[in-house]
Amino acid sequence: MSRTPLDTVEHAAATPDVELPWAELGLKKDEYERIVEILGRRPTGAELAMYSVMWSEHCSYKSSKVHLRQFGEKAPENDALLVGIGENAGVVDVGQGYAVTFKVESHNHPSYVEPYQGAATGVGGIVRDIIAMGARPVAVVDPLRFGAADHPDTKRVLPGVVAGIGGYGNCLGLPNIGGEVVFDACYQGNPLVNAGCIGVMRHEDIHLAKASGAGNKVILYGARTGGDGIGGASILASETFDDAKPSKRPAVQVGDPFQEKLLIECTLEAFKEKLVVGIQDLGAAGLSCATSELASNGSGGMRVTLDDVPLRDSTLSPEEILMSESQERMCAVVEPDKVDRFLEICDKWDVIATVIGEVTDGDRLEIYWHGEKIVDVDPRTVAHEGPTYERPYARPAWQDELQADDAGKLPRPRSGEELKDQVLKLVGSPNQASKQWITQQYDHFVQGNTVLAMPEDSGMIRIDEESGLGVAIATDGNGRYAKLDPYTGAQLALAEAYRNVAATGAKPLAVSDCLNFGSPEDPAVMWQFAEAVRGLADGCQQLGTPVTGGNVSLYNQTGEAAIHPTPVVAVLGVIDDVARRTPVAFQEEGQLLYLLGDTREEFGGSAWSQVIHDHLGGLPPKVDLERERLLAEILISASRDGMIDSAHDLSDGGLIQAVVESALLGGKGARLVVPDGLDAFTFLFSESAGRAVVAVPRSEELRFTDMCRARNLPATRIGVVDGDTVEVQGEFTLTLQELRKAHEETIPALLA
Amino acid sequence: MARVVVDVMLKPEILDPQGQAVQRALPRLGFEGISDVRQGKRFELEVDGPVDEAALARIHDLAESFLANTVIEDFTVRVESEEAVAEAAK
Repeated sequence: MSRTPLDTVEHAAATPDVELPWAELGLKKDEYERIVEILGRRPTGAELAMYSVMWSEHCSYKSSKVHLRQFGEKAPENDALLVGIGENAGVVDVGQGYAVTFKVESHNHPSYVEPYQGAATGVGGIVRDIIAMGARPVAVVDPLRFGAADHPDTKRVLPGVVAGIGGYGNCLGLPNIGGEVVFDACYQGNPLVNAGCIGVMRHEDIHLAKASGAGNKVILYGARTGGDGIGGASILASETFDDAKPSKRPAVQVGDPFQEKLLIECTLEAFKEKLVVGIQDLGAAGLSCATSELASNGSGGMRVTLDDVPLRDSTLSPEEILMSESQERMCAVVEPDKVDRFLEICDKWDVIATVIGEVTDGDRLEIYWHGEKIVDVDPRTVAHEGPTYERPYARPAWQDELQADDAGKLPRPRSGEELKDQVLKLVGSPNQASKQWITQQYDHFVQGNTVLAMPEDSGMIRIDEESGLGVAIATDGNGRYAKLDPYTGAQLALAEAYRNVAATGAKPLAVSDCLNFGSPEDPAVMWQFAEAVRGLADGCQQLGTPVTGGNVSLYNQTGEAAIHPTPVVAVLGVIDDVARRTPVAFQEEGQLLYLLGDTREEFGGSAWSQVIHDHLGGLPPKVDLERERLLAEILISASRDGMIDSAHDLSDGGLIQAVVESALLGGKGARLVVPDGLDAFTFLFSESAGRAVVAVPRSEELRFTDMCRARNLPATRIGVVDGDTVEVQGEFTLTLQELRKAHEETIPALLA
Repeated sequence: MARVVVDVMLKPEILDPQGQAVQRALPRLGFEGISDVRQGKRFELEVDGPVDEAALARIHDLAESFLANTVIEDFTVRVESEEAVAEAAK
């Protein structure tokens, strides 16, 4: 690199022929040429740093943008949506003057490199997104995916990730109320660590990221800036790992949850006193992102003195300061006469705060270092007008073959004894086994408002002590289904999360998503992505639940092998009174078990086909979103009117998995009768969507079945809560003890 | 018997929340003039037999794979002289 010690704007203009390391920073040749064209000269080193991180896949969504537009174009009419896509997080009206903001993000690559800190800073990042909207974070959820459960590297990655999530979240005092843990060899080397957060505020407290009003001060507050994760945004998140070049691995960020806790309290106090005009958290791309986004969302001009940024390492160059991803930092825009009070609040919370610049009349973002101008750009070109790619996509040639390999042709169990054996194998397989060894490392109940947490169908938090108003959240995704058919797979993820929220008695309102895929430069992967987004957008339109925001994680692949397409969908719901919630566990012996919905022979991508035959082929279960909506309405009404005492959605593993979970959680068994027209195998293992199993008190049976009949929802009586065994009449009997052993010992045996 | 000391420190660019907490506490306790604190770990390994190159290579290995997390930490290995060990034992 031939660079003078300080590459000022003036110097850049005078030395057009200096070669800059744009390729090393992840830019393509045409992207670099575009920057030169925008500026009318070569960029300075600092400008190049900013453009390179902001135009990375991670920050600019350059490959995904053209598809993501559908979430806006197909957004259903929904009065509850107060803030939609594009802000730090979407905001939903949940009634009684409350608003809820929630979002899911990925921290996949960092968590593979350094599991503990990668996962911990993932939690930290999503929490700051929520604070930046003006909300108090109240709960986190973590959908996780790892390689094969018995692979040695899983034993390195998983315990670190789990400890990191627990360590950071527990220190912050945020309950962890949901998520998933899935194992599949396709995630070997590319684990998915997604993190979600929910925040609550009053309607009048919503804050947006913008800097308006010339003369207003730009204040950087929180941790000092160090050399953490420099270039992480462009290099770490956007390029496939290449083991041969360890130098590409940048410094990992280390989080400090106690600093983050101070940041939460300090920010909320400043909001409360109405001291803040605009605010932005510093995540990927650090100050480059915060300054350019704040400026371009406001009137446009901003002047920043980089010398004033408090540093942890005094040797950092201005380029490094702009790219640093040091954690626990935020940027606020404050009116001049309120600056003193803002700094006072920061001081009270022991948070370092420094005025680093001000909003200007113009439309330029100017950054100074040692009195010299090193950045002079139109912030919109950095933040919003990055490259957009119409990546070629094509249905892969192997898709037909995969779909033709019908799981229905697999050998099925032929006797009660074989069924019994397969049930034990299924409920004890890593994906279907109890994840309590993992989830118990998280604090579920801190703050005292947790109503439901894992392994319930959705996590539920009370947000008003007087009225009992609460919100529920469920996250779901099934990479196996999505691999077989990405369009349907994305809708199945949506349908399952929607159903899970309804099963606990809450009304689904809105959606956030985290779309995890392989390399967009592979047309097959791009097709999977395009199909999944189309499926999700269509599904959300039909269900009336808008996508409020989310995150895309691409390049989850090692060499040629991409992960299964894995759209993870989070559905947020509201419940008027959390006392009316419905748990998963069987409550009382003698209650009648009803299966809601239709059961078909659907085994493509099923847990059964994976566990028993190590098979992935055929078509995923059919989706009927109208049926999902009807089922949800029935579950919510039944919960509100006290007609059911427990409910469990049916998804991977089918009916038997759901019944075993409800039985083990309640410590009460069940006697099941195979209904007419179904064989025992299909009854137990089919994964048809749009189904749930509910326990109805005898006194409510007539009212409940009348309601289902009136609304045209199939409800089949399949048995009764009873005893300490799970019995399928005429087939087999398993004691709860046997089931518990199979279900609960798997994960500790593999990972503890 | 000889003693080998492995010092493990967070890499310079990595945030050290513990060190910062100590540094922030110092002026409160009246200790002025300390501008930075970094906190690390020290392992003292008592080695059976001679500390030759092979033994040091083994210790380097175990430090790299087990004592230090080389993604975020650096380490150094040094032999503490026999006399120093004897001195300390008095």
